[in-house]
Amino acid sequence: MEVLDQLVKTFFDWEAMGQVIPEMFAVGLANTLILAISSGILGCILGMILAVMGISRNPIPRWIARVYTDVFRGLPAILVILLIGLGFGPIVRILTGSTNPYPLGIAALTLMAAAYIGEIFRSGIQSVEKGQLEASRALGFSYNSSMILVVIPQGIRRVLPALVNQLIGLIKESSLIFTLGLLASQREIFQIGQDQAANTGNLSPLVAAGLFYLCLTIPLTHLVNFMDKRMRDGKPVKIEPDEAAAVVGKGA
Amino acid sequence: MSDFNSGSLEATNIHLAFGSNKVLRGIDLHVPQGTTASVIGPSGSGKSTLLRVMNRLIEPDQGDILLDGKSVLQDNPDELRRRIGMVFQQFNLFPHKTVVANVSLALSKIRKMPKDQAHAKAMEQLDLVGLKHKADARPGNLSGGQQQRVAIARALAMEPEVMFFDEATSALDPELVKGVLALMTDLSKGGMTMVVVTHEMGFSRNVSDTVTFMDGGVVVETGSPDQLFTEPKTDRLKGFLSDVL
Repeated sequence: MEVLDQLVKTFFDWEAMGQVIPEMFAVGLANTLILAISSGILGCILGMILAVMGISRNPIPRWIARVYTDVFRGLPAILVILLIGLGFGPIVRILTGSTNPYPLGIAALTLMAAAYIGEIFRSGIQSVEKGQLEASRALGFSYNSSMILVVIPQGIRRVLPALVNQLIGLIKESSLIFTLGLLASQREIFQIGQDQAANTGNLSPLVAAGLFYLCLTIPLTHLVNFMDKRMRDGKPVKIEPDEAAAVVGKGA
Repeated sequence: MSDFNSGSLEATNIHLAFGSNKVLRGIDLHVPQGTTASVIGPSGSGKSTLLRVMNRLIEPDQGDILLDGKSVLQDNPDELRRRIGMVFQQFNLFPHKTVVANVSLALSKIRKMPKDQAHAKAMEQLDLVGLKHKADARPGNLSGGQQQRVAIARALAMEPEVMFFDEATSALDPELVKGVLALMTDLSKGGMTMVVVTHEMGFSRNVSDTVTFMDGGVVVETGSPDQLFTEPKTDRLKGFLSDVL
């Protein structure tokens, strides 16, 4: 029983959790969401540019997109965040006087997300049937107009579940921004939990942080599953009475 | 349906190769204004490719294409394709847009019509193919025959001078073929200049003005439907007809 008590006290000390949860709501949640959503949006924009470069008929933009993607997909997130955040920090300070690590943190997350999102968009665009481009061109649309009006919108629709997966990844990766050094008001969920855990020598604040992350990511995971299923099966349709009847006789 | 602003179409000595594969080897096709030419032949004979060369979805290696007697190879290909409507075997409607938006898209974006005007014109075209009531449906919720009629409306909305049909009924269930063929027959009788690549020998024989039999990238025989169907001259056409009839 002593061991069990010890475990509960280490991970589920409600008092210790209660002390950090208000701070996580007031400060951490917003900061985590700012980091994840802004780098998600910027990553989508940069990712779309990379995708279009990646399917270009000109080999030079194709090659640039390839190299970019290989580099940023192949590096550990923490290494990119440190290199960008610490490396460009002094330059940003000289130019703007700001020491806020957020812009560079978001930039680092964006650069990595764009590499993944670019590949997602590219595969979506390339999965659109050739006949769509052909039909659009047969109507008299130029190649560019056909891509913008017909092919790319269909490609994006197909990869929405994969994009939500990327957002889940960004929510988790945003915790690495702590390595750039955050002021009290800049702390996101993980850093708040980590600080309190260090001060009290108890891990419960980190467990509380974990619960916050799960509250964000699990609904999104289920959204992905729902979108996936909806795309495979289409909207639920009303079954015609005779079709429903046919099922009854099937086993016989 | 009548009073199309249709024109004549002529392809002369068209050659096309994909690498060492010679797909078209000196094709001539003359379609006078207001007539319907059907192109028949076995799979892989180059029929569909010929259509794509004549609206420059694929550029020919050699030869000339004349619309209303004027060569169009030097023109902007996008401009040329606005003058030629095309209907595909797989319909190729835009699944992310409603039926009426499929028809009005090119009107508003290419013809630069105001939105409401493009919509009205699209509704008019849908009415002609009997599908006004499906205007707000998605193409995926329509039967194949309905989708193909929308595709025809989409092409006609641009007021083309020539219409191409690339095996327009081949992907349809048998009971849906009739409606699409009836619509194509109306267009033909209405004076549209048409090139119809088809496996529907009944249509080819009864509706078209000329029939062209292609095999292996060349025109083997061409003439009136009676000539080709009742008195085929070549063994290749005789063999083909005995296989399909």
